[in-house]
Amino acid sequence: MTAHPFDRPGDAGTLLADLLAGRLPDARGRFGPFGGRFVPEILVPALERLERGAREALADAEFVAQLGREARDWIGRPTPLTPARRLGEAWGAEVWLKREDLAHTGAHKINNALGQALLARRLGARRIVAETGAGQHGVASAAAAARVGLPCTVYMGAVDVQRQAPNVDRMRRLGAEVVPVRSADATLRAAIDEALRAWVADPEHTFYLLGSAVGPHPYPWLVREFQRVIGREARAQVLEAAGALPDAVVACVGGGSNAIGLFWDFIADEDVELVGIEAGGSGAPGASHAASIACGTPGVLHGAQSLLLQDEHGQVVETESISAGLDYPGVGPEHALLARLGRARYETATDGEALEAFAECCRLEGIIPALETAHAFAGARRLATTRPGARIVIGCSGRGDKDLPSLAARREAP
Amino acid sequence: MSAGARVEDAIRAANASGRPALVAYLTAGFPAPARFADDLRTLARAADVVEIGVPFSDPMADGVTIQRASRAALEQGTTPTSILDALEAMDPRPAAPLVLMSYLNPLLALGVGTLAQRAVRAGIDAVIVPDLPLDEAAPLAEPLARRGVGLVQLATPVTPPERLARLCAASRGFVYAVTVTGTTGGRAAIAPGTLAYLERVRAAARVPVCAGFGIRSAQQMQALAGHVDGVIVGSAIVECLERGEDPAALLEELRAGTEDRR
Ligand SMILES: Cc1ncc(COP(=O)(O)O)c(C=O)c1O
Repeated sequence: MTAHPFDRPGDAGTLLADLLAGRLPDARGRFGPFGGRFVPEILVPALERLERGAREALADAEFVAQLGREARDWIGRPTPLTPARRLGEAWGAEVWLKREDLAHTGAHKINNALGQALLARRLGARRIVAETGAGQHGVASAAAAARVGLPCTVYMGAVDVQRQAPNVDRMRRLGAEVVPVRSADATLRAAIDEALRAWVADPEHTFYLLGSAVGPHPYPWLVREFQRVIGREARAQVLEAAGALPDAVVACVGGGSNAIGLFWDFIADEDVELVGIEAGGSGAPGASHAASIACGTPGVLHGAQSLLLQDEHGQVVETESISAGLDYPGVGPEHALLARLGRARYETATDGEALEAFAECCRLEGIIPALETAHAFAGARRLATTRPGARIVIGCSGRGDKDLPSLAARREAP
Repeated sequence: MSAGARVEDAIRAANASGRPALVAYLTAGFPAPARFADDLRTLARAADVVEIGVPFSDPMADGVTIQRASRAALEQGTTPTSILDALEAMDPRPAAPLVLMSYLNPLLALGVGTLAQRAVRAGIDAVIVPDLPLDEAAPLAEPLARRGVGLVQLATPVTPPERLARLCAASRGFVYAVTVTGTTGGRAAIAPGTLAYLERVRAAARVPVCAGFGIRSAQQMQALAGHVDGVIVGSAIVECLERGEDPAALLEELRAGTEDRR
């Protein structure tokens, strides 16, 4: 890897110890060499206020209790850990599904959206803006904004407005304004650009409800804290149901919020393998994909230093995936660190592998997963072939209803 | 000579003749890479300082005009290297000092050391990086300063006083006072409170203070004259070039808005 002026070397052992001791991100928002706060000056005071407000809220027993009540009564937590017996038989493994698809609005995104919306209200924000790729974070934000009584505007790439149409309708019914974004590649990355611009225009009163573990500090930390409930529950549930820790935990990685949430409480369990699955696109030689960790290089996008799909001139390249929620050229800085430390392993699944895994999960388990989630199933299936009998927990990050119209259109296409 | 001194001197020289300096922005490679050197020369004759924008794929601080220009320039193959090559090859050299404006990532890809070296050869006196706040600036500011190239800091209407003092102290060449909360290219009148804000920035800065974002009319120029040392005109020039009009005429008109103040 080339030397990089913003890249701080750090000893892997120390960094892992720091991470486990809760010392990362550090005071400057760094996860070792990654993270930070690379934003227009106008957003710096807003990010500092957000960081202060978030730290106070998370240390306030009343706020934490309120979040817990809302998570139980409105989201429906805890979500189950479902034994996937028929998939397990087919793969020769012991498979467990952490069912975020059963959370209110149908994906893990709601954990973070609720947390941030409660925070927005506590900090006196007048409105919420959010970006969305698959539409799941947009729906979660619209629902959470309605729940706390704040207006919400969602920026969504025009390509995604097409391919995730059911979610556009849901957002609008939940009272949100949906703004199609036509700039850049008209997918998630362009939607983040546009949400940031909306925030730049009103940094004092607008709350940016960022949907993944990406962006400038404090977002990667904040989103992780709100998503950690996934792994905390899953770890207790698997210990209770199987009497032992899993051999591996597998999650799909777009920006990385469901994966970091599921992984976090297992990081200290050295024998538990952590595996993130990125979108491999069509898999054709030379074709675009969204595998930022497998194929990216260090760079700065959307306010943080991380691993990035970019050309030799530092321009962000266009990504390609069947899954709108994974179609993003960057990844959360904490994943970049886990990859560099070797504590988590990242692989890719192609569109075809994801579609196969999607069909298999539908038929064998009676569960229609999101196309994003299907990448995790594809990765877990591959792992099972190399580790017969392994106990695997899969992050079932969301339900696939939103994908059915685009899958039907695909089938009808010549 | 201290970093960014030529830019500072050019602004002070305009002030000495009784008017705010004009800083003209263009996106390199837009409307066409082949026109870059000519457009730059034209602007360098009509303005006191020229700011050269490096196109980026994700210009999050920019409005639709510069987004469109950036995309078109990228599609035509403009890169930091091609811009520096073009600048080095210019003969005669542009008549005004040059400032390079780029988002951080293209500069990281080029390499900070390479940037510092080549900036000097290309006649670039200062650099503006809109997504590099003061707290993260040292790894770029220091190598640039060693070669005499200044790093310009941006101030905004929401910057708290203590922070304003620190970034004004660190800024070289000038302080870029963003006049609006928003992206580039808006068309707001100068808001109440803006002049008081600009005076605060001026009180904190030892280098000149230039106001920018959304400046496109003689009225705005008139309102700002006397309260700033310079004015940055960006999207209005890019739109002028886009329509195939002469940007010098626009700059002339803007300058006329301030000349009576002499
Ligand atoms: C169901 C589902 N899973 C995963 C993702 C990917 O996001 P992340 O990597 O932040 O979990 C999305 C994003 O839209 C999603 O909707």
